[in-house]
Amino acid sequence: MTRRLGMALGFLAAGMAGAAAQGWQPTKPIEFVVTSSPGGGTDNFTRMIQSIIMKYKLIDQPIVVSNKGGGSGAEGYLVSKTAAGDPYKVIFGTNNAYLLPYVAKLGYKFSDLTPVAALALDEFLLWVKADAPYKTAKDYVEAVKAKPETYKMGGSQSKDTDQTLTSILSTVTGAKFIYVPFQGGGAVGTQLAGGHVNSHTNNPNESIGQWKAGQVRPLCVFSPARLPAGPKVTETAGWADIPTCKEAGIPVERFQMPRTVWLPAGTPPGAAQFYEGVLKKVSETPEWQEYITRTVQTGQFLSGDSLKAFVANDDKLSREVFEREGWIVK
Amino acid sequence: MDGFSGLLHGFGVALTWHHILLMVIGVLLGILVGVLPGLGAPNGVSLLLPLTFTMDPVAAIILLTSMYWGALFGGSTTSILFNIPGEPSSVATTFDGYPMAQNGRATEALSFAFLSAGFGAIVGVLLITALSGWVTQFALKFSSPEFFGVYFLAFASFVGLSGAPPLKAAVSIALGFSLAAVGMDSVSGSLRLTFGFDVLLAGISFLVAVIGLFGIGELILTIEDGLKLDGIRAKITPRDVLRTAMQMPKHWATLLRSSIVGCWMGITPGGPTAASFMSYGLAKRFSAYRANFGKGEPDGVIAPETADHSAGTSAMLPMMALGLPGSATAAVMLGGLMIWGLNPGPMLFVERPDFVWGLIASMYLGNVVAVVLVLATVPLFASILRIPFAIIGPLIVVVCFIGAYTIAGRPFDLWLALAFGVLGYAFKKLDYPIAPLILAMVIGDKAEDAFRQSMIMSKGSLAIFWSNPLVTSLMLLGLVLLFWPLLGALRQRLRPSRA
Repeated sequence: MTRRLGMALGFLAAGMAGAAAQGWQPTKPIEFVVTSSPGGGTDNFTRMIQSIIMKYKLIDQPIVVSNKGGGSGAEGYLVSKTAAGDPYKVIFGTNNAYLLPYVAKLGYKFSDLTPVAALALDEFLLWVKADAPYKTAKDYVEAVKAKPETYKMGGSQSKDTDQTLTSILSTVTGAKFIYVPFQGGGAVGTQLAGGHVNSHTNNPNESIGQWKAGQVRPLCVFSPARLPAGPKVTETAGWADIPTCKEAGIPVERFQMPRTVWLPAGTPPGAAQFYEGVLKKVSETPEWQEYITRTVQTGQFLSGDSLKAFVANDDKLSREVFEREGWIVK
Repeated sequence: MDGFSGLLHGFGVALTWHHILLMVIGVLLGILVGVLPGLGAPNGVSLLLPLTFTMDPVAAIILLTSMYWGALFGGSTTSILFNIPGEPSSVATTFDGYPMAQNGRATEALSFAFLSAGFGAIVGVLLITALSGWVTQFALKFSSPEFFGVYFLAFASFVGLSGAPPLKAAVSIALGFSLAAVGMDSVSGSLRLTFGFDVLLAGISFLVAVIGLFGIGELILTIEDGLKLDGIRAKITPRDVLRTAMQMPKHWATLLRSSIVGCWMGITPGGPTAASFMSYGLAKRFSAYRANFGKGEPDGVIAPETADHSAGTSAMLPMMALGLPGSATAAVMLGGLMIWGLNPGPMLFVERPDFVWGLIASMYLGNVVAVVLVLATVPLFASILRIPFAIIGPLIVVVCFIGAYTIAGRPFDLWLALAFGVLGYAFKKLDYPIAPLILAMVIGDKAEDAFRQSMIMSKGSLAIFWSNPLVTSLMLLGLVLLFWPLLGALRQRLRPSRA
């Protein structure tokens, strides 16, 4: 395997003197492993990158996308273990890459992954039903505090970002919710629109349709700054009109979910840099900008030290919650 | 834009040569993936998805949905001819379709299946056309207790009458439930029944179980019965197809009932698989030839096929209007919608009427194209049965294992399929019913999630299942169906005393 790779590298080096500086180059089809089922946010993220790479021919080799969403995505991350050292398996996910091993006993460790890059931060908002009486996030939290454990907070899974955020919200404000896990943000959105739960913390893209239709409305965004102003979503309001949660009197500075790309550990030197370069180019295309704007994420390219710092911080924050809630498996 | 005018506008969008060509290509590709067990519509559609990135959304969705229709039709073909469901939703078709083919009525069975499927699909689209404005409101009434009610209804309508000894049916259901529980539990977020094996993390695929239980189990039985080396001698003429078509109106009651069941399950959304099981159960209950079910009764083919297709088509409505996929294939298409730059949700109907109505119109046309294409191929498919078992048997084994591997690309699934084959053989020898196991595997997991979500919401009070008229009527209907056999027995006992 390594010898064949070495030979291939030799050929490439001889053939493309100009590209020699780039080091590793793929010589056979590449598999993009999606750690979610078809239709989910991670699936869209991956297929968007695939379509941009295809359009601009950023990689000469064919790309196959495969969904391995079993076990909240653990099935996909396990590829890092079963295909250790294989630079033709690129794994696409979120922060569950490093958070999943805390809450479930899995066959991979975070150290089995080589970080490549993070391309975007998905935002979280606090949503209530459109006709709910609460004007501000503060109003809602006060109402919940007045009647603890009667208000239902819907979320897309158990022990994931939504439940972590709910836990942080409870600790910081003292408001106690009943957390109900559903399957995916779409289902949660429908439950709120139908009035079966009182609130949820969906990403913008998961609830934009219902906001437009006047079924739900956002109270605040868990971001350090307001979202960028775009076209108005409803008649009167756009994303930039939503106050940050801190402005709204809820002291949660920031809660964002990175969209991440990984390789298995032990891949040949230069492979991670190769994909990092390709993804960097992807993040600079107009199509990518359009995707970021349409899904109301924050486009931020993280790699190398900036990625490490982000992961370390996010890991610490989530770990505190997991320990407090007793989710960590031994 | 509403109803009729929207539809006319849609036909204007869909009726171009380019789009009709895409429909034909989609249907043919679909039949191909439908015939191969395991490949199936969801996989086929996700393989085709990258090709649509550069297409305009209307053309792209026409290609994908046409492939879906084709796959649904193809899936019934293998169910009837080889007892191997190409699609999970065509499992119920095997119950009577396969015996019919065995009795030399393959052409009839296939024609019945395709015609009733076409009928179901058209009813589904008519419903979408009529209800597009109203259904979103209705679907919003559904929360976990209501979903549990729907699944309970599906179980009750099927289980109460399985015909097998109740204890054996219970064993089969329990096994199905425990198989469905393997993997990550979405309510607690912890792993269950994986015993530390990473291969079990994603759970046991229902399709692998079906391929083993039906395909391989059936082969082992055939081999034990003594190798019948010659195929079934069935004379096939295109006229048979026509004659079967003439008989269709006689089955109007089954067609109508199954369409209603299918549309209901597609919109709520319980999914086509649950719909086909439920409809089969109801057909058996209301049939005058109840004893003939499972031995090759046409109604046993018509019922699941009609429900399957009307559920498959009407599931497109919650997908577009709520972003809530009613089937696995709809989930893949939902991903497509977002990549093409559309936001599924209530506003899609307002913002992109050309897309929505173009799609709805293409569903009429696509299904007509599909029925014509598959009917034309019935004699071809049915003639496969004339090939001697010595040739077709090994081919089926190969197709089964390819199918099992294609689902997730896991070598482990091959062993699993083999194990299920042995289990299927044992079940048949010991006279345990397989259908309850399949049903529990398909909707057991969802039923459990819905139940536990309801319990979280109500803080453990069962009263939540009687908390509003909708869920109450669902539960009552389920209970009536569950105890129907008992009620029947009671009535018979009472009658002589009254006389």
